[in-house]
Amino acid sequence: MSAPASLTELWVYLAASPLTALTMTLIAYQCGMWISAKAGFSPLANPVLLAVLLLVGLLLVTGTDYRTYFEGAQFVHFLLGPATVALALPLYRQIERVRRSALAITVSLITGGAVAAATAVAIGAFFGAGPDILASLAPKSVTAAVAMGIADKLGGLPSLTAVLVMITGVIGAALGPLLLTLLGVRDPASRGLAIGTAAHGIGTARALQMSDLEGAFAGLAMGLNALATALLLPLVWGWVF
Amino acid sequence: MLFYLTVILVCQLAGELIVVGLGLPMPGPVIGMILLFAGLVIRGGIPEGLTRVGDAFLSNLSLLFIPAGVGVVLHMGLIAREAKALGAALFGSTLIAIAVTGLLMHLLTRRQRARAGEGTGETGDRP
Repeated sequence: MSAPASLTELWVYLAASPLTALTMTLIAYQCGMWISAKAGFSPLANPVLLAVLLLVGLLLVTGTDYRTYFEGAQFVHFLLGPATVALALPLYRQIERVRRSALAITVSLITGGAVAAATAVAIGAFFGAGPDILASLAPKSVTAAVAMGIADKLGGLPSLTAVLVMITGVIGAALGPLLLTLLGVRDPASRGLAIGTAAHGIGTARALQMSDLEGAFAGLAMGLNALATALLLPLVWGWVF
Repeated sequence: MLFYLTVILVCQLAGELIVVGLGLPMPGPVIGMILLFAGLVIRGGIPEGLTRVGDAFLSNLSLLFIPAGVGVVLHMGLIAREAKALGAALFGSTLIAIAVTGLLMHLLTRRQRARAGEGTGETGDRP
Protein backbone atom coordinates (compact mmCIF):
# COMPACT_ATOMS: atom_id res chain seq x y z
CA MET A 1 0.00 0.00 0.00
CA SER A 2 1.42 3.38 -0.99
CA ALA A 3 1.93 6.07 1.59
CA PRO A 4 -0.66 8.55 0.25
CA ALA A 5 -3.36 5.85 0.20
CA SER A 6 -2.77 4.90 3.81
CA LEU A 7 -2.73 8.56 4.79
CA THR A 8 -6.10 8.95 3.11
CA GLU A 9 -7.38 5.90 4.93
CA LEU A 10 -6.09 7.27 8.19
CA TRP A 11 -7.89 10.57 7.49
CA VAL A 12 -11.13 8.82 6.57
CA TYR A 13 -10.93 6.88 9.83
CA LEU A 14 -10.18 9.98 11.91
CA ALA A 15 -12.80 12.15 10.21
CA ALA A 16 -15.49 9.59 10.99
CA SER A 17 -14.56 9.42 14.67
CA PRO A 18 -16.37 11.77 17.07
CA LEU A 19 -13.08 12.16 18.95
CA THR A 20 -11.57 14.28 16.16
CA ALA A 21 -14.39 16.83 16.00
CA LEU A 22 -14.56 17.01 19.79
CA THR A 23 -10.81 17.53 20.13
CA MET A 24 -10.74 20.09 17.31
CA THR A 25 -13.55 22.05 19.01
CA LEU A 26 -11.59 22.22 22.28
CA ILE A 27 -8.36 23.15 20.47
CA ALA A 28 -10.10 25.84 18.39
CA TYR A 29 -11.66 27.31 21.54
CA GLN A 30 -8.30 27.47 23.30
CA CYS A 31 -6.71 29.02 20.20
CA GLY A 32 -9.54 31.57 20.24
CA MET A 33 -8.92 32.33 23.93
CA TRP A 34 -5.18 32.58 23.34
CA ILE A 35 -5.55 34.98 20.37
CA SER A 36 -8.12 36.99 22.31
CA ALA A 37 -5.68 37.34 25.24
CA LYS A 38 -2.83 38.25 22.87
CA ALA A 39 -5.06 40.95 21.36
CA GLY A 40 -5.57 42.41 24.84
CA PHE A 41 -9.19 41.08 24.95
CA SER A 42 -10.08 43.44 22.11
CA PRO A 43 -13.81 43.28 21.35
CA LEU A 44 -13.03 42.31 17.74
CA ALA A 45 -11.08 39.22 18.84
CA ASN A 46 -14.07 37.40 20.35
CA PRO A 47 -12.99 33.84 21.24
CA VAL A 48 -16.26 32.23 20.04
CA LEU A 49 -16.03 34.00 16.68
CA LEU A 50 -12.35 33.08 16.27
CA ALA A 51 -12.99 29.43 17.14
CA VAL A 52 -15.95 29.22 14.74
CA LEU A 53 -13.87 30.76 11.92
CA LEU A 54 -11.03 28.29 12.57
CA LEU A 55 -13.41 25.32 12.54
CA VAL A 56 -15.31 26.50 9.45
CA GLY A 57 -11.97 26.90 7.67
CA LEU A 58 -10.97 23.40 8.74
CA LEU A 59 -14.26 21.86 7.55
CA LEU A 60 -13.98 23.60 4.17
CA VAL A 61 -10.31 22.67 3.67
CA THR A 62 -10.86 19.02 4.58
CA GLY A 63 -14.25 18.77 2.82
CA THR A 64 -15.93 17.52 6.01
CA ASP A 65 -19.67 18.12 6.22
CA TYR A 66 -21.33 19.73 9.20
CA ARG A 67 -23.25 16.61 10.21
CA THR A 68 -20.02 14.63 10.57
CA TYR A 69 -18.48 17.45 12.60
CA PHE A 70 -21.53 17.68 14.84
CA GLU A 71 -21.39 13.99 15.70
CA GLY A 72 -18.31 14.77 17.78
CA ALA A 73 -19.16 18.34 18.74
CA GLN A 74 -22.57 17.34 20.11
CA PHE A 75 -20.91 16.32 23.38
CA VAL A 76 -19.95 19.95 23.91
CA HIS A 77 -23.31 21.18 22.58
CA PHE A 78 -25.13 18.91 25.06
CA LEU A 79 -23.54 20.73 28.01
CA LEU A 80 -25.48 23.91 27.14
CA GLY A 81 -28.49 22.41 28.93
CA PRO A 82 -26.82 21.76 32.31
CA ALA A 83 -24.97 25.10 32.01
CA THR A 84 -28.30 26.89 31.59
CA VAL A 85 -29.60 25.15 34.73
CA ALA A 86 -26.41 26.21 36.56
CA LEU A 87 -27.24 29.88 35.88
CA ALA A 88 -29.51 29.52 38.92
CA LEU A 89 -26.34 29.88 41.06
CA PRO A 90 -25.28 33.47 40.15
CA LEU A 91 -28.97 34.38 40.17
CA TYR A 92 -29.42 33.03 43.70
CA ARG A 93 -26.31 34.88 44.91
CA GLN A 94 -27.95 38.15 43.80
CA ILE A 95 -31.44 37.32 45.02
CA GLU A 96 -31.68 40.40 47.26
CA ARG A 97 -30.89 42.82 44.43
CA VAL A 98 -33.22 41.03 42.04
CA ARG A 99 -36.06 41.24 44.57
CA ARG A 100 -35.43 44.93 45.21
CA SER A 101 -35.47 45.76 41.47
CA ALA A 102 -38.19 43.35 40.35
CA LEU A 103 -40.40 46.00 38.73
CA ALA A 104 -37.51 47.80 37.00
CA ILE A 105 -36.21 44.45 35.70
CA THR A 106 -39.62 43.45 34.30
CA VAL A 107 -40.20 46.79 32.54
CA SER A 108 -36.67 47.05 31.10
CA LEU A 109 -36.58 43.45 29.97
CA ILE A 110 -39.94 43.35 28.19
CA THR A 111 -39.21 46.69 26.50
CA GLY A 112 -35.72 45.56 25.49
CA GLY A 113 -36.91 42.19 24.18
CA ALA A 114 -39.64 43.86 22.11
CA VAL A 115 -37.19 46.45 20.75
CA ALA A 116 -34.70 43.71 19.78
CA ALA A 117 -37.28 41.78 17.74
CA ALA A 118 -39.05 44.82 16.24
CA THR A 119 -35.88 46.64 15.12
CA ALA A 120 -34.40 43.45 13.62
CA VAL A 121 -37.53 42.88 11.52
CA ALA A 122 -37.89 46.57 10.59
CA ILE A 123 -34.25 46.96 9.48
CA GLY A 124 -34.32 43.63 7.63
CA ALA A 125 -37.54 44.61 5.82
CA PHE A 126 -36.07 48.02 4.96
CA PHE A 127 -33.19 46.25 3.17
CA GLY A 128 -35.62 44.03 1.30
CA ALA A 129 -35.29 40.71 3.17
CA GLY A 130 -38.01 38.17 2.34
CA PRO A 131 -40.60 36.84 4.84
CA ASP A 132 -38.64 33.66 5.68
CA ILE A 133 -35.52 35.71 6.46
CA LEU A 134 -37.53 38.14 8.61
CA ALA A 135 -39.10 35.25 10.53
CA SER A 136 -35.60 33.83 11.09
CA LEU A 137 -34.35 37.25 12.29
CA ALA A 138 -37.17 38.07 14.73
CA PRO A 139 -36.10 35.78 17.64
CA LYS A 140 -32.33 36.34 17.21
CA SER A 141 -31.77 37.88 20.67
CA VAL A 142 -33.13 34.75 22.38
CA THR A 143 -30.91 31.85 23.43
CA ALA A 144 -30.37 29.43 20.51
CA ALA A 145 -32.56 26.47 21.49
CA VAL A 146 -35.62 28.66 22.13
CA ALA A 147 -34.98 30.95 19.16
CA MET A 148 -34.97 27.96 16.80
CA GLY A 149 -38.34 26.82 18.13
CA ILE A 150 -39.79 30.32 17.75
CA ALA A 151 -38.43 30.71 14.18
CA ASP A 152 -40.05 27.42 13.26
CA LYS A 153 -43.43 28.67 14.56
CA LEU A 154 -43.12 31.93 12.60
CA GLY A 155 -42.23 30.19 9.33
CA GLY A 156 -38.49 30.91 9.39
CA LEU A 157 -35.47 28.62 8.99
CA PRO A 158 -34.38 27.28 12.42
CA SER A 159 -30.81 26.46 11.35
CA LEU A 160 -30.36 29.98 9.91
CA THR A 161 -31.73 31.38 13.19
CA ALA A 162 -29.06 29.42 15.12
CA VAL A 163 -26.37 31.23 13.11
CA LEU A 164 -28.04 34.66 13.46
CA VAL A 165 -28.32 34.05 17.22
CA MET A 166 -24.59 33.35 17.40
CA ILE A 167 -23.66 36.48 15.40
CA THR A 168 -25.99 38.54 17.60
CA GLY A 169 -24.27 37.18 20.70
CA VAL A 170 -20.83 37.99 19.35
CA ILE A 171 -21.89 41.56 18.39
CA GLY A 172 -23.45 42.11 21.81
CA ALA A 173 -20.53 40.63 23.73
CA ALA A 174 -17.98 42.56 21.65
CA LEU A 175 -19.61 45.99 21.42
CA GLY A 176 -22.24 46.01 24.20
CA PRO A 177 -19.89 46.81 27.12
CA LEU A 178 -18.28 49.65 25.13
CA LEU A 179 -21.66 51.09 24.09
CA LEU A 180 -22.99 51.00 27.67
CA THR A 181 -19.87 52.77 28.96
CA LEU A 182 -20.28 55.47 26.28
CA LEU A 183 -23.93 55.92 27.35
CA GLY A 184 -22.85 56.34 30.99
CA VAL A 185 -24.47 53.07 32.15
CA ARG A 186 -21.88 51.92 34.68
CA ASP A 187 -23.81 49.94 37.29
CA PRO A 188 -23.27 46.21 36.77
CA ALA A 189 -26.96 45.29 37.21
CA SER A 190 -28.13 47.50 34.31
CA ARG A 191 -25.19 46.45 32.12
CA GLY A 192 -25.79 42.76 32.76
CA LEU A 193 -29.54 43.06 32.15
CA ALA A 194 -28.96 44.86 28.83
CA ILE A 195 -26.35 42.41 27.54
CA GLY A 196 -28.32 39.33 28.63
CA THR A 197 -31.57 40.62 27.06
CA ALA A 198 -30.00 41.49 23.70
CA ALA A 199 -27.14 38.98 23.48
CA HIS A 200 -28.36 35.89 25.45
CA GLY A 201 -25.74 33.30 26.52
CA ILE A 202 -22.71 34.63 24.63
CA GLY A 203 -23.38 38.03 26.19
CA THR A 204 -23.85 36.33 29.58
CA ALA A 205 -20.51 34.55 29.22
CA ARG A 206 -18.89 37.95 28.62
CA ALA A 207 -20.77 39.55 31.54
CA LEU A 208 -19.64 36.72 33.88
CA GLN A 209 -16.04 37.67 33.05
CA MET A 210 -16.75 41.22 34.29
CA SER A 211 -18.34 40.37 37.64
CA ASP A 212 -20.62 37.88 39.34
CA LEU A 213 -23.29 40.59 39.68
CA GLU A 214 -23.19 41.53 36.00
CA GLY A 215 -23.27 37.83 35.06
CA ALA A 216 -26.21 37.13 37.37
CA PHE A 217 -28.33 39.87 35.82
CA ALA A 218 -27.31 38.78 32.32
CA GLY A 219 -28.27 35.18 33.07
CA LEU A 220 -31.57 36.32 34.57
CA ALA A 221 -32.28 38.50 31.52
CA MET A 222 -31.41 35.68 29.14
CA GLY A 223 -33.81 33.28 30.87
CA LEU A 224 -36.65 35.78 31.24
CA ASN A 225 -36.30 37.08 27.68
CA ALA A 226 -36.47 33.50 26.41
CA LEU A 227 -39.73 33.05 28.35
CA ALA A 228 -41.21 36.42 27.35
CA THR A 229 -40.28 36.17 23.66
CA ALA A 230 -41.43 32.55 23.35
CA LEU A 231 -44.81 33.50 24.84
CA LEU A 232 -45.39 36.89 23.19
CA LEU A 233 -43.64 36.91 19.80
CA PRO A 234 -45.82 34.24 18.09
CA LEU A 235 -48.95 36.13 19.28
CA VAL A 236 -47.73 39.55 18.09
CA TRP A 237 -46.48 38.03 14.82
CA GLY A 238 -50.00 36.69 14.16
CA TRP A 239 -51.49 40.20 14.59
CA VAL A 240 -48.90 42.04 12.50
CA PHE A 241 -48.46 39.67 9.55
CA MET B 1 -19.35 16.34 42.84
CA LEU B 2 -21.21 13.49 41.16
CA PHE B 3 -24.18 14.05 43.43
CA TYR B 4 -24.51 17.71 42.46
CA LEU B 5 -23.98 16.96 38.77
CA THR B 6 -26.91 14.59 39.15
CA VAL B 7 -28.94 17.32 40.85
CA ILE B 8 -28.36 19.63 37.87
CA LEU B 9 -29.30 16.92 35.35
CA VAL B 10 -32.41 16.00 37.37
CA CYS B 11 -33.51 19.67 37.27
CA GLN B 12 -32.97 19.72 33.51
CA LEU B 13 -34.82 16.44 33.01
CA ALA B 14 -37.72 17.65 35.17
CA GLY B 15 -37.75 20.87 33.11
CA GLU B 16 -37.92 18.90 29.85
CA LEU B 17 -40.76 16.73 31.22
CA ILE B 18 -42.74 19.79 32.36
CA VAL B 19 -42.28 21.47 28.96
CA VAL B 20 -43.40 18.41 27.02
CA GLY B 21 -46.17 17.52 29.48
CA LEU B 22 -47.73 21.00 29.55
CA GLY B 23 -46.89 21.90 25.94
CA LEU B 24 -45.00 25.04 27.05
CA PRO B 25 -43.20 27.09 24.37
CA MET B 26 -39.93 27.58 26.32
CA PRO B 27 -36.95 25.21 26.53
CA GLY B 28 -36.58 22.61 29.26
CA PRO B 29 -33.28 23.93 30.68
CA VAL B 30 -34.85 27.34 31.41
CA ILE B 31 -37.53 25.59 33.51
CA GLY B 32 -34.68 23.53 35.03
CA MET B 33 -32.94 26.77 36.03
CA ILE B 34 -36.15 27.98 37.72
CA LEU B 35 -36.48 24.63 39.56
CA LEU B 36 -32.88 24.73 40.83
CA PHE B 37 -33.34 28.37 41.84
CA ALA B 38 -36.52 27.46 43.74
CA GLY B 39 -34.62 24.62 45.43
CA LEU B 40 -31.87 27.02 46.57
CA VAL B 41 -34.46 29.46 47.93
CA ILE B 42 -36.15 26.66 49.91
CA ARG B 43 -32.82 25.32 51.17
CA GLY B 44 -31.59 28.84 51.96
CA GLY B 45 -28.06 28.52 50.56
CA ILE B 46 -25.78 26.96 47.95
CA PRO B 47 -23.97 23.74 48.99
CA GLU B 48 -20.20 23.83 48.50
CA GLY B 49 -20.18 20.93 46.02
CA LEU B 50 -22.87 22.54 43.86
CA THR B 51 -20.80 25.74 43.67
CA ARG B 52 -17.87 23.75 42.28
CA VAL B 53 -19.90 21.86 39.66
CA GLY B 54 -21.93 24.93 38.63
CA ASP B 55 -18.92 27.23 38.31
CA ALA B 56 -17.11 24.61 36.20
CA PHE B 57 -19.97 24.87 33.69
CA LEU B 58 -20.21 28.65 33.80
CA SER B 59 -16.49 29.43 33.60
CA ASN B 60 -16.38 27.88 30.09
CA LEU B 61 -19.82 28.93 28.92
CA SER B 62 -18.52 30.45 25.64
CA LEU B 63 -17.10 27.08 24.53
CA LEU B 64 -20.57 25.54 24.51
CA PHE B 65 -21.85 27.85 21.73
CA ILE B 66 -19.21 26.83 19.21
CA PRO B 67 -20.80 23.64 17.75
CA ALA B 68 -24.06 25.48 16.90
CA GLY B 69 -22.08 28.44 15.56
CA VAL B 70 -20.13 26.27 13.14
CA GLY B 71 -23.57 25.61 11.56
CA VAL B 72 -22.86 28.80 9.63
CA VAL B 73 -21.31 26.54 6.94
CA LEU B 74 -24.83 25.33 6.09
CA HIS B 75 -26.01 28.81 5.08
CA MET B 76 -23.02 30.56 3.58
CA GLY B 77 -24.70 31.10 0.19
CA LEU B 78 -27.86 32.56 1.73
CA ILE B 79 -25.87 34.72 4.14
CA ALA B 80 -23.71 36.10 1.30
CA ARG B 81 -26.84 36.92 -0.75
CA GLU B 82 -28.60 38.66 2.13
CA ALA B 83 -25.45 40.07 3.72
CA LYS B 84 -26.57 43.71 3.72
CA ALA B 85 -30.03 43.08 5.24
CA LEU B 86 -28.74 40.57 7.80
CA GLY B 87 -25.69 42.65 8.77
CA ALA B 88 -27.68 45.86 9.20
CA ALA B 89 -30.47 44.10 11.10
CA LEU B 90 -28.13 42.24 13.47
CA PHE B 91 -25.82 45.17 14.24
CA GLY B 92 -28.62 47.75 14.39
CA SER B 93 -31.10 45.84 16.49
CA THR B 94 -28.56 44.35 18.91
CA LEU B 95 -26.98 47.72 19.68
CA ILE B 96 -30.34 49.54 19.91
CA ALA B 97 -31.72 46.82 22.23
CA ILE B 98 -28.65 46.99 24.50
CA ALA B 99 -28.84 50.79 24.65
CA VAL B 100 -32.60 50.86 25.38
CA THR B 101 -32.52 48.08 27.99
CA GLY B 102 -29.42 49.43 29.74
CA LEU B 103 -30.60 53.06 29.86
CA LEU B 104 -34.12 52.11 31.00
CA MET B 105 -32.86 49.86 33.82
CA HIS B 106 -30.27 52.50 34.76
CA LEU B 107 -32.94 55.23 35.01
CA LEU B 108 -35.51 53.05 36.79
CA THR B 109 -33.04 51.95 39.48
CA ARG B 110 -31.29 55.32 39.93
CA ARG B 111 -33.23 56.37 42.99
CA GLN B 112 -32.73 52.95 44.52
CA ARG B 113 -28.96 53.06 43.96
CA ALA B 114 -28.75 56.56 45.41
CA ARG B 115 -30.68 55.44 48.49
CA ALA B 116 -28.52 52.37 48.98
CA GLY B 117 -25.44 54.53 48.47
CA GLU B 118 -23.85 51.97 46.20
CA GLY B 119 -20.81 53.39 44.53
CA THR B 120 -20.28 50.48 42.12
CA GLY B 121 -18.12 52.41 39.69
CA GLU B 122 -20.68 55.21 39.38
CA THR B 123 -19.23 58.48 38.18
CA GLY B 124 -22.36 60.36 39.20
CA ASP B 125 -25.70 60.41 37.45
CA ARG B 126 -26.51 63.05 34.92
CA PRO B 127 -29.81 64.86 35.51
